[in-house]
Amino acid sequence: MLKLLKYALYDILKSRFAIIYTAFLILVAVSIYQVSDDLSKVSLSLMNVMIMVVPLISAVFATTHFYNNLEFIELMLAQPVKRSQVFLSQLFAVIFMLSLSLLLGFGLPMLLWGADSSLITLLAVGMILSAVFTGFAFLASVLTRDKARAIGISLALWIYFSLVYDGLVLYIIYSFADYPLEKATLGLVMLNPVDLGRILMLMQLDISALMGYTGAFFKQFFSSGIGMLVILMVLSIWLVVPIGLSGRVFKKKDF
Amino acid sequence: MISVKTISKKFGRQEVLKDFTLSFEKGNSYAIMGPNGSGKTTLIKSILGMVLPDSGEILVKGRSIKGKEDYRKDVGYMPQIGRYPQNMKIGQLFSMMKDMRPEIREYDLDLVEAFELEKIKEKTMGTLSGGTTQKVSAALAFLFNPEVLVLDEPTAGLDPIAAEILKSKIRKEREAGKLILITSHILSDLEELTDQAIYIFEGEVFFNDSIESLKEMTSEEKFSPAIAKLMQWTLKKKSTTKVMTHA
Repeated sequence: MLKLLKYALYDILKSRFAIIYTAFLILVAVSIYQVSDDLSKVSLSLMNVMIMVVPLISAVFATTHFYNNLEFIELMLAQPVKRSQVFLSQLFAVIFMLSLSLLLGFGLPMLLWGADSSLITLLAVGMILSAVFTGFAFLASVLTRDKARAIGISLALWIYFSLVYDGLVLYIIYSFADYPLEKATLGLVMLNPVDLGRILMLMQLDISALMGYTGAFFKQFFSSGIGMLVILMVLSIWLVVPIGLSGRVFKKKDF
Repeated sequence: MISVKTISKKFGRQEVLKDFTLSFEKGNSYAIMGPNGSGKTTLIKSILGMVLPDSGEILVKGRSIKGKEDYRKDVGYMPQIGRYPQNMKIGQLFSMMKDMRPEIREYDLDLVEAFELEKIKEKTMGTLSGGTTQKVSAALAFLFNPEVLVLDEPTAGLDPIAAEILKSKIRKEREAGKLILITSHILSDLEELTDQAIYIFEGEVFFNDSIESLKEMTSEEKFSPAIAKLMQWTLKKKSTTKVMTHA
């Protein structure tokens, strides 16, 4: 397993994409740091960029990578190694590369110009989202037979979780504005990993006061130890379920 | 050594292999032929465990390969089009393959030397031409001195000198008593390299016997017209395909 991972990483870390992605993240971080000296403003701006960009890049890159490596995966399957190991080594290599790019891209400017706890949370959330969307992308890849369709599914998932879902939630809240919705909203948030990440960030930033009563309720829930635990558990479900499913499909897939 | 027992495989609605039964014995060299889409590649991939049959089983050395991966230590596979990680160097690719079979310490470097791969081991796989990539695939298939060699269109894409080197290597391994399976559309290569002919037609074995008896049966003296005749028969007998063998 470690051997396979080692060689998968050799390849992926040298890819042009890894370098461009890291450079792009550095550029974003540096320019945002230049604009403001206030760390909480910096982390809010970084979050807004990250919450859109990281899932998108993860989903598209992981799908492309899976399909570009298909022949290599076939070659591995003809060797005396377990299918599950081939799958996991590819998956971890992608997650590792995306996380490393994020750590370098956002982390280096932070080392230079300082960071607070919210920026550290930002990095953690970014890595979790990378992993979650890599899981989605691999699921889309193993379920299809051509690259275009797989990228289509990955993009659709990204659009749903990043754009459409928020609209749906707003619509629900607006329609049922006369009812107490704190708990329902909380439940709805759990159904979207991107929102979970965003809320985890916002709670660090002390701007929940802007969100009215629901915000106060969220603050109370998520700042407590139990709330934190629940979020992490739900996020790990979002992480493990797609990966587990795609692993199962991969085991029975014909190459 | 390898026996394929009543395997069936469907891709969607299309039945690629139908109750397919065949066995390969050690020391023989088999030419696997058939029109495009007849199930040759599916058969090979099933033996390698890349395609999982819907029913039936495949035994290698008497043990079912289902869910197993150890038996692949004894199988050298040369794919039709080998594609490798673009940024990996040739040297790294070889050490990776060696890493995957840590218990094998003696390597067969005949082809590595003949193709002079040592000289270009610093080149990355992405920069290689198709022919050079094929040379790498061939060298990898023979590297571990496997008991079974599965070669999918081995000479396609190689220049005449390299093709000759590869063919003489295949002949050498055949004399050493290896089990060799070759698919190819180049009949002259097959005649040179194999002694058993297997003709697959629409997912079933149409012919399975020695090349000598193929010539006898078709009353042709040469291999290509014999195969041509066989192909004509498949077209005529399309409705009542029968297995012809006295093996």
